[in-house]
Amino acid sequence: MKYLADVTTLQYSSEKCAGCGRCVEVCPQGVFVMQDKRATITDKDRCMECGACAKNCDFGALSVSAGVGCAAAIITGLLTGSEPTCGCSDTPGASCC
Amino acid sequence: MQLQTLKFVKKELPPFAAGTIATPAGTVYKVRTDWSRADTWGMVKSRSGGFRMNYTVAPGLYAVGDPIAASDVFVTANYKLSFDILRRELKGLNAWVLVLDTKSINVWCAAGKGTFSTEEVIKRVSTVNLDKVVSHRRLILPQLGAVGVSASAVQKATGFRVSFGPVQARDIPAYVAAGYKKTTEMATIKFPIKDRMILTPMEINPAMKKFPWFVGAVLIIFGLQPQGLLFSDAFYGGLPFLLLGLLTVFSGAFLTPVLLPFVPFRSFALKGLFMGILAMLVAMPLLGPVMRTEYLLVAAAWLFFPAMTSYIALQFTGSTTFTGMTGVKKELKIGLPLYITAAVLSLVLLAVHKVREWGLV
Repeated sequence: MKYLADVTTLQYSSEKCAGCGRCVEVCPQGVFVMQDKRATITDKDRCMECGACAKNCDFGALSVSAGVGCAAAIITGLLTGSEPTCGCSDTPGASCC
Repeated sequence: MQLQTLKFVKKELPPFAAGTIATPAGTVYKVRTDWSRADTWGMVKSRSGGFRMNYTVAPGLYAVGDPIAASDVFVTANYKLSFDILRRELKGLNAWVLVLDTKSINVWCAAGKGTFSTEEVIKRVSTVNLDKVVSHRRLILPQLGAVGVSASAVQKATGFRVSFGPVQARDIPAYVAAGYKKTTEMATIKFPIKDRMILTPMEINPAMKKFPWFVGAVLIIFGLQPQGLLFSDAFYGGLPFLLLGLLTVFSGAFLTPVLLPFVPFRSFALKGLFMGILAMLVAMPLLGPVMRTEYLLVAAAWLFFPAMTSYIALQFTGSTTFTGMTGVKKELKIGLPLYITAAVLSLVLLAVHKVREWGLV
């Protein structure tokens, strides 16, 4: 299953890639594969903007505006003027996603 | 520090513990790998949404089997269900389990929210004195924790090298047996019908919580007569709308998620709209005898219910494994004004209908 085409904010500069393979290890959507000791993007539309790749790329080759793809969170964010967070309040143990 | 770890071990063992074992950094619980009936019931309750608050386990170090200094360390969240699934899947292995304080939230949500974080891993490794318990310097984190944890930052601060294991705990034995190598399969998150089904109560419950407001509004609109609020008018006039309301929740919060890959369009708003129209096509002929002549009511229903099905279906983006923020924002930007317009227009149509019914025009 794929979501909307051409919306992801994922940016990749292959010249900065050092070939460590972390992005392949962390991406839950199989967006990256290693090819000739460098990461290559297979299908950008599979990206769900979780941010795991950018968080774990030590070479600054990846960037993505990460956030929750959750309608309720985004509506709450719009209403309160804050960044959308994952449906849960800050009380410990409050319900979540 | 030894005393601090000991403090967690109370006289009475928690139900998931089979005993305790001594480590150079203090006593830790040895956990069972089988679920009790209470564990299963806890899962049912937390899945159905009635019991999500504080379904928790104390952060710290736990033992599975008979781990030694060379045994692997698996890191997880302190949402009890995350912990339960991990200990169940580790059956037959000897390992350490390091439970982070994620405020009782599961790994993925906590990682997105920042409680399953680089800082928390660093802090927990140091509070349990992990360097005294194990001889190696390796941690295995669930892959979905990578959203919140920078492997290199953890290594810099603690000396422990982070490997991100499989997405699903059930793949851990195979991952370990393969020499800590993941197949593409293990690294990819899927969204099978069973998982979608499990998530639907969390879609239906919030929608049904708002349902009494809808019922109230419908009863008032239909019951309102020049001579006051009439119960029989409210009930018999409002009944088709109430039934359509229930159908909307069913098709938006249950059918759309369950049939997700088979419903056309990638957009969830369009998926919902499609299912909403389909539901109306099925329901309207059945409600025909009641509504046929009331073309204003029919028009109001056609405007309102498919739009609401679309709105409810869009909420499911919060539970899926593949929708991103930019896409959902785009859907809302187009969708929200349309939903509001549809709701307002259908109210106007109902108002016109009432005015005519009262013979004022």
